[in-house]
Amino acid sequence: MSQYLISHWGWYPPLVYMLMAMLAASLVLLVIAGGSVLFIWMERKVAGRIQDRLGPTRVGGKFGWLQTIADGIKLLSKEDLRPEGADAMLFRIAPYVAFCASYGSFIALPFATGWVGLDINVAVFFVVAVLGLEVFGVILAGYASASKWSLFGAMREAAQVISYEVPLGLCIVIPVMIAGTMDLTKIGNLQSGWFTNWYLFHDPFTFITFFVYYTCALASVNRAPFDLAEAESELVAGFHTEYSGLRWSFFFMAEYGSMFLVSALGSVLFLGGWNGPVPVAAWIFGEHASQLSGVAFVLANVLGLMTFILKAVLGVTVMMWIRWTLPRLRIDQVITTCWKYCTPIAAVMFVGVISWQLMGLPSGGDVLPHHEQGLRRLPGSLRERPFEAGDAVPAANSVGFESEHADRERGQADG
Amino acid sequence: MSTTKERSAENKVVEFDVRTDEMLVNMGPQHPSTHGVLRLVLRTDGEVVSEVTPHLGYLHRCAEKIGENLTPRQWIPYTDRMDYLAGMSMNLGWSLCVEKLMNLHVPEKARHLRVIIAEMQRIASHLVGMGAYGLDLGSFSPFLYAFREREKILDLFEEACGARLTYSYLTVGGATADLPPGWLQKCEAFLDQFLPVIDEYHALLTTNSIFIKRCAGIGVMSAEMATNYGCSGPVLRGSGVDLDLRRDGEEWYTNMYDGYAFEVIVEKDGHYPNDHVYPGVPPEAVLGDCWHRFYVRMLEVRQAIDLVRQAIDRYSSATDSYGEPVKLNEKLPKGEAYLETEAPRGQMGFYVVSDGSAIPYRARARSSCFCNLSVTSELCRNTLIADIPAIIGSLDIVMGEIDR
Repeated sequence: MSQYLISHWGWYPPLVYMLMAMLAASLVLLVIAGGSVLFIWMERKVAGRIQDRLGPTRVGGKFGWLQTIADGIKLLSKEDLRPEGADAMLFRIAPYVAFCASYGSFIALPFATGWVGLDINVAVFFVVAVLGLEVFGVILAGYASASKWSLFGAMREAAQVISYEVPLGLCIVIPVMIAGTMDLTKIGNLQSGWFTNWYLFHDPFTFITFFVYYTCALASVNRAPFDLAEAESELVAGFHTEYSGLRWSFFFMAEYGSMFLVSALGSVLFLGGWNGPVPVAAWIFGEHASQLSGVAFVLANVLGLMTFILKAVLGVTVMMWIRWTLPRLRIDQVITTCWKYCTPIAAVMFVGVISWQLMGLPSGGDVLPHHEQGLRRLPGSLRERPFEAGDAVPAANSVGFESEHADRERGQADG
Repeated sequence: MSTTKERSAENKVVEFDVRTDEMLVNMGPQHPSTHGVLRLVLRTDGEVVSEVTPHLGYLHRCAEKIGENLTPRQWIPYTDRMDYLAGMSMNLGWSLCVEKLMNLHVPEKARHLRVIIAEMQRIASHLVGMGAYGLDLGSFSPFLYAFREREKILDLFEEACGARLTYSYLTVGGATADLPPGWLQKCEAFLDQFLPVIDEYHALLTTNSIFIKRCAGIGVMSAEMATNYGCSGPVLRGSGVDLDLRRDGEEWYTNMYDGYAFEVIVEKDGHYPNDHVYPGVPPEAVLGDCWHRFYVRMLEVRQAIDLVRQAIDRYSSATDSYGEPVKLNEKLPKGEAYLETEAPRGQMGFYVVSDGSAIPYRARARSSCFCNLSVTSELCRNTLIADIPAIIGSLDIVMGEIDR
């Protein structure tokens, strides 16, 4: 579109790029703000239903649709309190740091083929790295609040999130290794066709990896049973004990944004992203399904977008379900879960997937006959033929190792 | 530490190591999991708590002094506000104590009515204890499930006496009114409906592996320690001490339960009564830990259901009166009386001294929660911060009763 504006209308290119960037940014902001509004409403409704209550019913008709908006207005009108001993500047910016990290990682998250704020070829890396920065906001908040409870919350968050980055990274590396790329759009497109092409069903190892990923994702976004940083029965409200009004709500937006992000990332990496369980596009458009253009492309993408959002929202719903069912773990148990269970399992899965690919064992996608597979074999896919003995270093694995290495480096930088 | 200091002193080099300090943290009186207005001062080293000091008195309302200025029946509403989660049991304890002083025997029907009400109150109280314990461990929904059922009990109580929390129903001489017609059927219907619900609680909490991880082996209290501190109720029985005043108490009180079949809920040889009905003890649990205290409470709910059912049968077949209350200004005989009853939270004692007038010379209460709370500092030593709500919650304290 920017090309169109520049070449046909003769607009000043930097201005066009800036405009386009702002447009993309505000679209992403809309997604995260709208998403948070929806998720907070959903959380209350889901919690209500799970607990044998109705949840919000008054504001905005029968289902309380506008409850979050009403809450938002209430929060806006609240006094912006700052404790006397607080570090004023850090206290003020902490919610924005947390929010920006969550928001920033949305930029590289594709919602359908080509529908992405910024199409970068290391999107997986970018998303995980930027999301990892959210912990800084929490630590800042805990440190700057001049409250002992906040400090406890921040320390717990630091210990927990940084520990869980390791198994989380290992789990993310596995689909990256299968796909041979860190480009989320490509990873998503590689899983098109039947649902057996999803990396979840690639082999038994990836199947287990998905659940390890989900557990680690829960922990890294501080959701129950890993919500130690704000454990209200122990730490009052943890890191956001001293926050009120809009600043407090920014933490919430960040939390819900991150929840959506990790489950969206999970759905791109394991659940086929915007590809439905059956190759609808391939049935309608036949062989041309991968080279759609114009209205057909938009229609297919809208369908994909809806599929994608549905998957991500399902992931978030499961998070809510877990939150309202399980008690909270203790800090030592959380760390034990990470280092004694998640990390070794993820490592074994990693080796397992490598072996599976090296031995050329059939993946889930090979179960169905080829003519049904629609978009599966895109040009450039590394899975065009199974690896054979005598191949030079398999490209997929080398990329996988690279990304793991990069991940480790990032982990060190974070630590 | 000392070696580092010595070495640096020798080398005349100041070493700046990572300095860790102990931190004093105030937990309460406004804290979500201190069950009211308990204030704990924690001495923490990171997540590890080395010392816990409970501070009381934030809910002190001079109830006992007021009791010296009112007649026993007038003081009944003040007893409601002691253990506000088990108002009926407080009414009962004080009424029985004054009746003992007056040597007043209540009619047969009143006796059974009191068993129905007291045991229903036990269910309601343990439901709060159970639900709030879930909250303390970060599990929200069981709390709501518990309150859903408790609401039904409160509805029944409301129908019987018009109040939902501070009943003043059981009183000196019997009760303020008979149960309304149709009440027993509703009560039975509730029990039938409630019995299967208990399995839900066991599924959500008792057998939940995170729950077991959080409370099995935490806050282990030996039988000796429990008796030394004067613990009572489920806290005592959770440590394996076979003592229940409904069976072992004074005759004046145990008369009420004459002819009722019930087994004291206490572990014997690794098994509880009713063990076959509910999930047994997990291998991680140690006798006297939080899990056992919780489980004893859950089994007592089941036991209370049986008792209410028996009492309903007896009540319907009894022919005499429900027990007219004594006059408001009835003269008390000169003397004194002390009686302990088995309230949901333990042995609730009332003491009354009379100089012969209608107003007691002294009215005192012995709080079960006070003794149960006194073990806190010993149980919480060298635990993690997250264990403190787990331990306090398993003691199931009510500050209204402790501070009075």
